[in-house]
Amino acid sequence: MTNLDTLTVDAARTAVLEKQATATALVDAFYKKIEAVDPAIGAYLTLCKDRAQRQAERVDALADKGDALPPLAGVPVAIKDVLTTKGVRTTAGSKILDDFIAPYDATAVARLEAAGAIVLGKTNCDEFAMGSSNENSGFYPVKNPRDLTRVPGGSSGGSAAVVAAGTAVASLGTDTGGSIRQPGAFCGVVGLKPTYGRVSRYGLIAFASSLDHVGPFGKTVKDVALILQHMAGRDPMDSTSADLPVPDYTGEIGKPVTGLRIGVPKEYFGEGLDPEVRAAVEAGIQELAKAGCEVVSVSLPHTEYAIPTYYLIATAEASSNLARFDGVRYGMRAREARTLAEMYRKTRDAGFGTEVKRRIMLGTYALSAGYYDAYYLKAQKVRSLLARDFDEAFAKVDAIVTPTTPTPAFKLGEKADDPLAMYLADIYTVTANLVGVPGITVPCGKSREGLPIGMQILGKHFDEATVLKAAHVVEHALADNPA
Amino acid sequence: MVTEKDVSYVADLAHLELTAEERARMLKDLNSILGYIERLNQLDTANVEPMAQVASRYGAGAAGGNAMRDDELRPSLPHDEAMNNAPQTDGTFFKVPKVIEK
Repeated sequence: MTNLDTLTVDAARTAVLEKQATATALVDAFYKKIEAVDPAIGAYLTLCKDRAQRQAERVDALADKGDALPPLAGVPVAIKDVLTTKGVRTTAGSKILDDFIAPYDATAVARLEAAGAIVLGKTNCDEFAMGSSNENSGFYPVKNPRDLTRVPGGSSGGSAAVVAAGTAVASLGTDTGGSIRQPGAFCGVVGLKPTYGRVSRYGLIAFASSLDHVGPFGKTVKDVALILQHMAGRDPMDSTSADLPVPDYTGEIGKPVTGLRIGVPKEYFGEGLDPEVRAAVEAGIQELAKAGCEVVSVSLPHTEYAIPTYYLIATAEASSNLARFDGVRYGMRAREARTLAEMYRKTRDAGFGTEVKRRIMLGTYALSAGYYDAYYLKAQKVRSLLARDFDEAFAKVDAIVTPTTPTPAFKLGEKADDPLAMYLADIYTVTANLVGVPGITVPCGKSREGLPIGMQILGKHFDEATVLKAAHVVEHALADNPA
Repeated sequence: MVTEKDVSYVADLAHLELTAEERARMLKDLNSILGYIERLNQLDTANVEPMAQVASRYGAGAAGGNAMRDDELRPSLPHDEAMNNAPQTDGTFFKVPKVIEK
C-alpha cells in the first residue's frame, strides 16, 4: 500500500488512475490511519465517512469505465470546520454551533469535490478562527504532530496538522491574519493564502469579512498550486470574488526564476526575531539568489502598526458578523431565559469562549459612539498607509520574502493567558490580510530542537504564480522532501 | 482607559452578560490591548483616506468595486431545510421567548 505520510496530490490521483489503488481503498487506509494517530493530535472534529465513501465509489466507477479522471480524482482532503459541508456537522470550533448541520456546501468545498477530491472530515480550529495556537477551540486543542508538547499554530491548526501527520493528503484552511501561514510554518507544511478575491468565501462562516481568505495546505508547493487551481475563480455567490481568469499555476512551478526581483524588508528582521528563524530564512534567500533572483532591500515602514490596525478592524468586523449567533435560527439556545434579550445574552454567554467574547467586546467598543473615529476610522486610515507601503515596495520588486513567524512552534499553554503575546505571533502575517496580497509559507529548515521553520513569500495582487514559483525554489533546495 | 462601567455598557451592546470574573478579566485585557493600540496615534493620518476593504483599490470585485446583480427571483433554501437547525419551532416559525411583556 502507498505510504500515506509522503503521498502527494499527484501521486494519489496517479495511484487511482493507474489502478495501483482504488479510491475506496485509499479512503479506508486514511480512516485507519486517522483512528490510529489522530486521538493524540486532535486535528479532526468530525469525520464524514459516508460522504467520503460515496465520492470514492464515484471516482472508482469512473476509473473502471476507463473514463478520463477529473484532476483531483481520489485525493483525500480535510476541510477546516469554518467551511460549510452540506449534511455534515459544521461547528466553527464553537460550542454555539455544536450540533449545526450545514444546509449547503461552501463553494471551495464543492469545487474540490467536483474535481474529484474526497472530503474525509472537518478539522479542528480556534473558535471562529480566532487564535494563533488552536487552544481556543471550543472542543479540544490540536497538538503539533512534529512535537506533541507544542501548539500547531492557529487558527487552521487542525488543517496544518493533518497534512503534517499524513492523515489527509491536502486540506483547506482559512486565513484572516495568518491562520494558514502561521500553522503551516509551525507544522512544517506548505500553506497558501491567495489574493483577496481569488477564492470564493461562499459558505465560510465569517470572522472578519474584509480580511477572511480561503486557501490550501499541502506537503509540497505543487500540491497547494493544484488545490488552488481547482477552487479559484469567480463565484456568483460571493460578490467579492474576482472576475479574473485563473492562470495555469502548476505550469509555473519549476520555471526559471532568473532575474526575479526579491525584496527583503528590514522591518521583518528586527527585534523579536529568533536567531535560528533568521538564519533559516536567510539561507532560503541565499537559495533564491543562487537560482538567479536579484535580492534587494526594501522598506515597509508602517509594519509596526499592522498588529494594532489588524486587531481593531478584525474585531470590529467580528462583533458585527457574530451578532447572528443569537439562539434563534440555528445553533445552541439557553433554555432558562424568560425574555428574548435574556435568551440572547445567556445563549451567547454559554456558547462563546473567552477569546471570542474578548474580541466581540473589543470590536463593539471600537465601533461604539465616541470611539469610532479614534479607533475604527483611525485603523482604516493606517490600513491605507500599509497598502501604500506595499504599492511602493512592489513598484521595485516582484516578491517580498520574510520569516513567517518570529519563533518556531511554542509550547501548549505558553501564551494562553496573555492575549497580547498571542496576537504578536501573527506579526509577520497580518499585513498581507489588511492589504490583500497573496502569501505562502514554505519550510526552509529546522531549529536545533528539530522544529520546522517557515519562510513567507508575498506577491503582488493576483500574482500567485510568482509566489509559487519562488516557493518551489526554496522547497527544492531546503525542504526535507524536496519535490 | 476602559472602566467597569464601559465594560457593562459594551457587554450590553454586544448582548453578552459576562460573569463578575469575566468582567474583571475583560477590564484588564481590554486596557492592555488598547494600551498597545495607542501607538497608532504616533501617525498623522489627517490627510489619509480610510480603507474599508481591498476590492475597490485593486479591482478584486466583479466590477472593480461594488458588485451589482440583476434584481431577479432566484431559488433559495427550501423552508424545511432552513428550519432544520432551529432550536425551537412550531413547524412554520422560529419560536422565541416573549418579546413584549403583557
